[in-house]
Amino acid sequence: MSVSEAPKPAFRLSQLIYDSRYRSLTIQVVTLALFCLGLWWLGNNAYANLDKLGLTPDFGFLQTRAGYDIGETLIPYDSSSTHGRAALVGIFNTLLLAAMGCSTALVIGVLAGVLRLSKNWVVSKLMSFYVEGFRNVPLLLWIFLIFAIFTESRPPPNTFKPNADGIAENEMWLGAIASTNQGTFIPSLSFSTLGWVIWLTLALALVAVYFLAKYAKKIQSETGRIVPVLLPAIGIIVVPLVVAYFALSAISSKTEYTFVAVGAEQSMDLATYSEAIGRPDYCAIGSETGAVNGRRYIEEAEVNFRRRDFFGQSDAQSAFEQGTCNLIAVPVATAEAIAADLTEGLRNKAVAGVLTDRYMEGQAIEVSYPVMSPKGIPRFEGGGKISNPLIALWIALSLYTGAFIAETVRAGILSVSKGQTEAAAALGIRPNRLMQLVVLPQALRVIIPPLISQFLNLTKNSSLAIAVSYPDIRGTLGGITLNQTGRALECMLLLGIFYLALSLAISFVMNIYNNRMKLKER
Amino acid sequence: MKKTVFLGALTVAGLVAGVASAATLDDVKARGAMNCGVTTGLVGFAAPDANGVWEGFDVSVCRAVAAAVFGNGDAVEFVPTTGETRFTALASGEIDLLARNTTWTFSRDTDLKFDFVGVNYYDGQGFMVPKALGVSSAKDLDGATVCIQTGTTTELNLADYFRINNISYQPVPIQTNAEAQQQYLAGACDVYTTDASGLAATRATFEAPGDHILLPEIISKEPLGPLVRHGDNDWGDIAMWTLNALISAEELGITSANVAELSAAPTDNPEINRLLGTEGDLGAMIGLSADWARNAIAAGGNYGEIFEKNIGEATPIGLARGLNAQWTDGGLLYSPPFR
Repeated sequence: MSVSEAPKPAFRLSQLIYDSRYRSLTIQVVTLALFCLGLWWLGNNAYANLDKLGLTPDFGFLQTRAGYDIGETLIPYDSSSTHGRAALVGIFNTLLLAAMGCSTALVIGVLAGVLRLSKNWVVSKLMSFYVEGFRNVPLLLWIFLIFAIFTESRPPPNTFKPNADGIAENEMWLGAIASTNQGTFIPSLSFSTLGWVIWLTLALALVAVYFLAKYAKKIQSETGRIVPVLLPAIGIIVVPLVVAYFALSAISSKTEYTFVAVGAEQSMDLATYSEAIGRPDYCAIGSETGAVNGRRYIEEAEVNFRRRDFFGQSDAQSAFEQGTCNLIAVPVATAEAIAADLTEGLRNKAVAGVLTDRYMEGQAIEVSYPVMSPKGIPRFEGGGKISNPLIALWIALSLYTGAFIAETVRAGILSVSKGQTEAAAALGIRPNRLMQLVVLPQALRVIIPPLISQFLNLTKNSSLAIAVSYPDIRGTLGGITLNQTGRALECMLLLGIFYLALSLAISFVMNIYNNRMKLKER
Repeated sequence: MKKTVFLGALTVAGLVAGVASAATLDDVKARGAMNCGVTTGLVGFAAPDANGVWEGFDVSVCRAVAAAVFGNGDAVEFVPTTGETRFTALASGEIDLLARNTTWTFSRDTDLKFDFVGVNYYDGQGFMVPKALGVSSAKDLDGATVCIQTGTTTELNLADYFRINNISYQPVPIQTNAEAQQQYLAGACDVYTTDASGLAATRATFEAPGDHILLPEIISKEPLGPLVRHGDNDWGDIAMWTLNALISAEELGITSANVAELSAAPTDNPEINRLLGTEGDLGAMIGLSADWARNAIAAGGNYGEIFEKNIGEATPIGLARGLNAQWTDGGLLYSPPFR
């Protein structure tokens, strides 16, 4: 028995064009193929031409000696580091600038956005004046303007040096802060060798506060009772820190320190050593209390010395091995071992010995103030420095992006319907709680997505740092390294990849936050 | 894919450069003017005067080459370049000759694919400080803040010198000479370092030049010279021998005042005759007219005249000849013979 089925129409090629079922697909495939072909043509052309010019990409230069110095670094770097290291210095500077800018811009933006809606006429007009002024003038002009204000209006550091009568032209603010045309000099903190315990305590306290806040929220959503968070949180952070500080200080103020000196003989003290050697180079890790007090000790002994600050042990070690340093402060307990260790590593076959001087390490945390150098070129020693380019960029980027964020925040708040606030008010919720519990949670849904773009804008705009010579990644890898090696193609490629990766990372993190905040539909 | 697009954009730049480097002399002749890269403004070396006419030591080299080609020292378009843009400008064909206080180094000659055609000024890197700083030697500069033009060899010399001498310093990178001057005068840096000739030129523009001193230390060799793209040797020869003609002219006593007279008829000195084209045909060998050297010398005078007029001791810059004297006077200027 034969069953006759309807014959299946055979597929014909012409269907690809005449059959509406396939036609749109055909067009898309052909377009994609042409597009890829076009890209391949461009790419192949570029490679062929670059090859002809002898410009094939080669990233070997990242491993070669950079040879230039960078004014501001967050990680150890000197002129004998590699170009790769210089790029890393730039990356950290960019990250610092972006982090500082984003956080301040957010605070400024939220404040200005809320205040622009204020019922107080003066406040709201002032805020619209700020927003319109900043977002309608190019960022570069603001950077130049603020930088010019700092370099032109601030006095040079030498005006802080007292003259023969002991009177200086300019006095430091509170005796601790000096704003000059080279930068602002501020006090810095130094930690004892057990300083990490304090950081650990702080971290644990912050975790505890996080869980307290979570608990308070849970109680509130279950029972409606509001658990106070602020005061307990302050207590949780401050009390353990104070306890840790005093406990550690009790140990460190009894820890004896001494000096290990290259070329020192048996039972020599600092004065005889410095007489023998001329002018010792004192090398210290700037953030260690023992080292800072060691410097103080040498100054009080009125010994002529030069100081160098390092970031870490390995840097100082290599400086010793190369002979640029010959004096270091160490705990008495390990002094002999360190001296033996150094003697082994020294390049010029000298012997390191322990001096007879003794002093106490000091408190767990000590403040190091900037002071005018007594001899040589007038400059500030000790403490920290925020350079003018960094300040100018920070202020300009924050204020500029803050103006855009303010508008975003204002739009977000206005998007919450009036009925919501009126209903909440009818329930007797007070105005500040109303903003916190009713308006902001709903406004955030609208605010966060454009906020991500603003953060990305600020991060990319930080590359304008080149205008005021702040050594960000554009200034090191894309500036000096590019100039010195002539590897424009490679440098620009790496720059592009870095900014792309950073932007994607920021939007990734912000999108997680956005997903947590957006309306949950169940 | 992003990479290919990027490379594609680069291709265009590459192609432009490729075309421009074919035969520079023909391009220049077709254009009717030579494009010459100079500084953005360094008095004595290259700066526009009150009427906007460029003048200076480097500018004179440009004018001499233009005169050799066109017989007219004004057939030059001056293109101001910064330390960062100068090499790109030359490589891309935007300029035909770069005469901009550029140090002749191995990697610039080879890796960056340029040809230096000679040395028009033997320089060295120095330091300028205010007298009030109370410093008399670079060894006393420990802890100083130093203004430095970024993207130059001076940046590397500075790092090396301070490292060797175990001196700490704080670099303040800046882009142009004008910016450096402003920062230095405002006191944002204690020291300004660049080529000693540049320092002298900068100091000459100060309101009170006497308040600033140049420290005695010269920390590097900086042979400054004009350069052209690698690969067009004909054009390179023209620039090189024009520079040599200016140097030889001083040696042979040919000046802008007597060049017309000397080239009117053959003289007793065959070398002068060959140089000025009254004997032999050296001009034809490099594709120029017979009176090319005469035109080059007439445009601004011989090397000595150019030096004295722009940066010599009678000018505010006040530089002595020093290393830049003729070899017969104990200097380093030594032109190969014209034969």
